[in-house]
Amino acid sequence: MILDSKIPQGPLEQKWAYYKKKAKLVNPANRKKLDVIVVGTGLAGSSIAASLGEMGYNVKAFCFQDSPRRAHSVAAQGGVNAAKNYKNDGDSVYRMFVDTLKGGDFRAREANVYRMAECSLNLIDQAVAQGVPFGREYGGYLNNRSFGGVQVSRTFYARGQTGQQLLLGAYQALMRQVGKGSVQLFSRHEMLDLVTIDGKARGIIVRNLDTGDIERHAAHTVILATGGYGKIYYLSTLAMGCNGSAIWRAHKKGALMASPSWIQVHPTSLPQSGDYQSKLTLMSESLRNDGRIWVPAKQDENRAPNDIPENERDYYLERRYPAFGNLAPRDISSRAAKERIDAGFGIGPLKNAVYLDFSKAIKEQGKDKIKEKYGNLFEMYLKITGYDAYKEPMMISPSAHFSMGGLWVDYELMTTVPGLFALGEANFADHGANRLGANSLLQASVDGYFIAPYTIANYLADEIHTGKISPDAPEFEQAENAVKNQIQDLMNIKGTKTVDYFHKTLGKLLYDYCGLARNEDGLKYAIQEIRKLKQEFYKDVRVSGQGNTMNAELEKAGRVADYFEIGELMCYDALTRNESCGAHFREEYQTPDGEAMRNDAEYQFISAWAWTGENGEPELVKEPLTFEEIQPTVRSYK
Amino acid sequence: MDLHLKIWRQKDKQSEGKLVNYDLKGLNSHMSFLEMLDTLNEKLIVEGDEPVEFDHDCREGICGQCGMMINGIAHGPLKNTTTCQLHLRSFKDGETILIEPFRAEAFPVKKDLKVDRSAFDRIISSGGFVSVNTGQAPDATAIPVTHQTAEEAFDSAACIGCGACVATCKNGSAALFTSAKISHMALLPQGKEERNKRVLDMVSQMDTELFGHCSNTEACEVECPQGISVLNIARMNFEYNRALFFNKKGG
Repeated sequence: MILDSKIPQGPLEQKWAYYKKKAKLVNPANRKKLDVIVVGTGLAGSSIAASLGEMGYNVKAFCFQDSPRRAHSVAAQGGVNAAKNYKNDGDSVYRMFVDTLKGGDFRAREANVYRMAECSLNLIDQAVAQGVPFGREYGGYLNNRSFGGVQVSRTFYARGQTGQQLLLGAYQALMRQVGKGSVQLFSRHEMLDLVTIDGKARGIIVRNLDTGDIERHAAHTVILATGGYGKIYYLSTLAMGCNGSAIWRAHKKGALMASPSWIQVHPTSLPQSGDYQSKLTLMSESLRNDGRIWVPAKQDENRAPNDIPENERDYYLERRYPAFGNLAPRDISSRAAKERIDAGFGIGPLKNAVYLDFSKAIKEQGKDKIKEKYGNLFEMYLKITGYDAYKEPMMISPSAHFSMGGLWVDYELMTTVPGLFALGEANFADHGANRLGANSLLQASVDGYFIAPYTIANYLADEIHTGKISPDAPEFEQAENAVKNQIQDLMNIKGTKTVDYFHKTLGKLLYDYCGLARNEDGLKYAIQEIRKLKQEFYKDVRVSGQGNTMNAELEKAGRVADYFEIGELMCYDALTRNESCGAHFREEYQTPDGEAMRNDAEYQFISAWAWTGENGEPELVKEPLTFEEIQPTVRSYK
Repeated sequence: MDLHLKIWRQKDKQSEGKLVNYDLKGLNSHMSFLEMLDTLNEKLIVEGDEPVEFDHDCREGICGQCGMMINGIAHGPLKNTTTCQLHLRSFKDGETILIEPFRAEAFPVKKDLKVDRSAFDRIISSGGFVSVNTGQAPDATAIPVTHQTAEEAFDSAACIGCGACVATCKNGSAALFTSAKISHMALLPQGKEERNKRVLDMVSQMDTELFGHCSNTEACEVECPQGISVLNIARMNFEYNRALFFNKKGG
């Protein structure tokens, strides 16, 4: 298979304008003849559903939560990037493009990254027009702050709840269309299969989570905006319901998965405190603007942090990366923390954390100023840990956060299945290996508001004569039966172990062997162990309750069944990439001082994987990356 | 630590519910309340019983999906918190804890501790937005907003829609939720054009959904995880009367 990325012709700065100029349109009178399915209602899903509803298409929007406002975009704290240059500190679309491409370790397409930087300007305008209360200067103009990996202030923020406010803006736009009747909302519905007819995406099979009913929904195009699969590690910063099932079922119907092993590990989450724990809470990266990260200079230190004098502290980020210091990018900060923890300098009851210290900032700026900037984060920290971070440093630790892998998409955000689009975190993300902070909200939003409305119309322009898609087609019946059989199979196992047992065991395997650092032997071992665990699951899992009623255990079981297969593919992907690059750190490929060693000569491509059947080995398809505007350089934050 | 739980079990919307007793031993006081329920469910599944259904998702106090009455208090004894952010250190060893779903006519029980809060979505859908289409918004700096106004609007916009205000109100009123959105929009220049229509439509939708009226007990503010102020309700009343006075929905 040859992957066509469909990058438009012309100079980088004019590619998107050229595409828009040439894209086909759908007459307003014809739009109401076309049906669209959107799965997921986070930033990408709500914004595309609202946009297409406004334009006059018939839209059905699905989410598994009880309301679209709960999507996990809500939890993003720090901010959203835009190259507005309101601070007059030299920012520009071009500089943002360079920073992002560099932050992604040159494993993204130039054209896509440039377009994201270009559309960032519109996103801030759109959000402000919707009433998103971004932080303001006293004169009434928008304020900015800086984030890891950049040297300008281009991050717009709404205290520590930027994701919530952006999501509410998109959700309100969606609910406006629901009120008008242009979007039909199906909350508490989970997509369990994709239906293809003659190779094109034509609908989905969903389970109504309230009633257990299996439903068929047909459309001219299906858009997946279902977020990431980082919850595969069980302990992660993601919501409990985040899962990879929709994209995985689409993968099994022909959509290629790209870069599945590139999971971003966030440096500033709260550390694990015990086996019962269900998640690791993220503390915004923006805290690193004022917090200094350190560990004790001697191993197995047992003194309280405030009793350790300044000269017995190791501010290791400032020491190793003087140019960026505490604002070093996420992969670098995470790995540096892991290195110190593994070397025996970790702190806290389980010796698995580092300190994030605000004492200097509080002394210089006063507690009130720090409170205004990050107050809710300090309160959250107090609620979870019982400690007051105004009085002693926070304890933080790296944890699985954002999946940069996902369905492979071309410049139009279309997967390898015609008519199936993937937006936001569900696609393999334009910015590649290790996106910079505050870019994920941006990518999800611009996909939904500004890119997909053009590219989906371009696709639908050829569908106006297709006529209604019938949910009675044999392909729907077949997919529905497969879903019902899977549910029955899971219910019939009646084993002795809970779904969570399997999820936690898989998560630990992946964290140890395909987490922050990986090596060949570990990955091979993990593949074997995942296969064994999957076999055990199908023999010994116990799903309580019934298949045809509300049943949270059954929901979890289906997701974990998919996680085994996604986990195996993650290990395959990591195994074939003999380099360290961005979020992907292979221990065999590092410099003498422990920095990532990239191999552009052999690995300057996107790894896209094809499903070859239940017992088949996944097939690798490469999309070469070419750089015309800037030449890849070694990424150094020293 | 050990806990005795009395949990509301209800098979579905139509069935009658009842309180069922459960005992848990050897819990870690650092556990969150929802992790304690996870532990109970693991035990129930292994013993062949059906686990307790409860709503939750982000488990970091922001999605608004979790929520239950704990010893008669929405989200439990800790002030300004969600259930997921409540930890067992807030309880005593050996304590008996009563766990029930949020109760309000507009929030019917779905199963066990899960309730239907879609009425909130319909209130937003009736007018809780700025009517701006995608793509052609003016430059963000063209709409200056003072620092104080942005902060004040944010205080109202921070509502997570969990429904604790309704559950704790003796009248089952949605006044705090609705007024927070009305205030958020009314404070900002972007929202001013539709302020009359918005408040009239949203208040009307609250009535349609069978929420009760506000009688100013201020219990909602006390139990709100985000500390949303009852002053929003005063603003909503002002906006409502203002809209009636001008007697038009358009401007």
